[in-house]
Amino acid sequence: MNIKYQVANKVLHIYLNGELSEGTAQNTRSSLDNLIDSNNMVSVVFHLNGLSFMDSTGIGVLIGRYKKLKQRMTDVYVKEPTPQVEKIFRATGLFDIMPKIS
Amino acid sequence: MSKKLRVLKPNEIKVKKEIKEKPSASSSLNKMTLIVDAHHHNEAFVRSTVAAFCVPLNPSIEEINDIKTAVSEAVTNCAVHGYEGRGGEIRVECVIDTASNFVHITVSDRGIGIDNIDEAIQPLFTTKPHFERSGMGFTVMQSFMDKLEVKSEKGKGTTIELFKSIANL
Repeated sequence: MNIKYQVANKVLHIYLNGELSEGTAQNTRSSLDNLIDSNNMVSVVFHLNGLSFMDSTGIGVLIGRYKKLKQRMTDVYVKEPTPQVEKIFRATGLFDIMPKIS
Repeated sequence: MSKKLRVLKPNEIKVKKEIKEKPSASSSLNKMTLIVDAHHHNEAFVRSTVAAFCVPLNPSIEEINDIKTAVSEAVTNCAVHGYEGRGGEIRVECVIDTASNFVHITVSDRGIGIDNIDEAIQPLFTTKPHFERSGMGFTVMQSFMDKLEVKSEKGKGTTIELFKSIANL
């Protein structure tokens, strides 16, 4: 998993490139926590057009970050999920807590 | 000079393409068995290999992704829940039928088994919430495949069977 980020107008943009499943969950989790802990923002946008694969382990990682951000009153959004990721978001209802924005 | 036997490393992957009892080049059935260690690196290998094996069925990209996702869930379950991260052997059998455009995948472990299958397959149920497990694995398998069967015996292991028809448009 390759993670890039940028902060613009108090929004933390996180770009996930690669696959998010059991093999990459642990590193992704700690990278995301580092980013979240070292930035001040009002919202986080996950850019998912480079995320080629995700399973329910990845859902667990994203929900974990969501809970952490919610405690800090930070909103979470996702952008441009690939079809497989879109399908898993729908199957698990994840769009309800992380709305898709265009 | 004697030839040294090559010792397999614990994480080495054994791939065996099984020959049917009556091998026939014209048969519509084709079967493969993978035996891998429950190592987190192998989950991606298994899902990609099973997906590649299903290519003769002419699946759509969506169908290939459905199979990959369900296999990923099943293999992760073996490693995380069946063997609780301690490692063990995961067996994956895949049968495709190019006559009926059908795929049947069996994923089994010899881990701790499931206490209560009805409870385990409920959305959001997880025995490991503190490890950020979403509890959505079985839900994903059910929604991405046509049919799911779970057999488990306490202390003996768990077998998950996944079935899918490929539209072959």
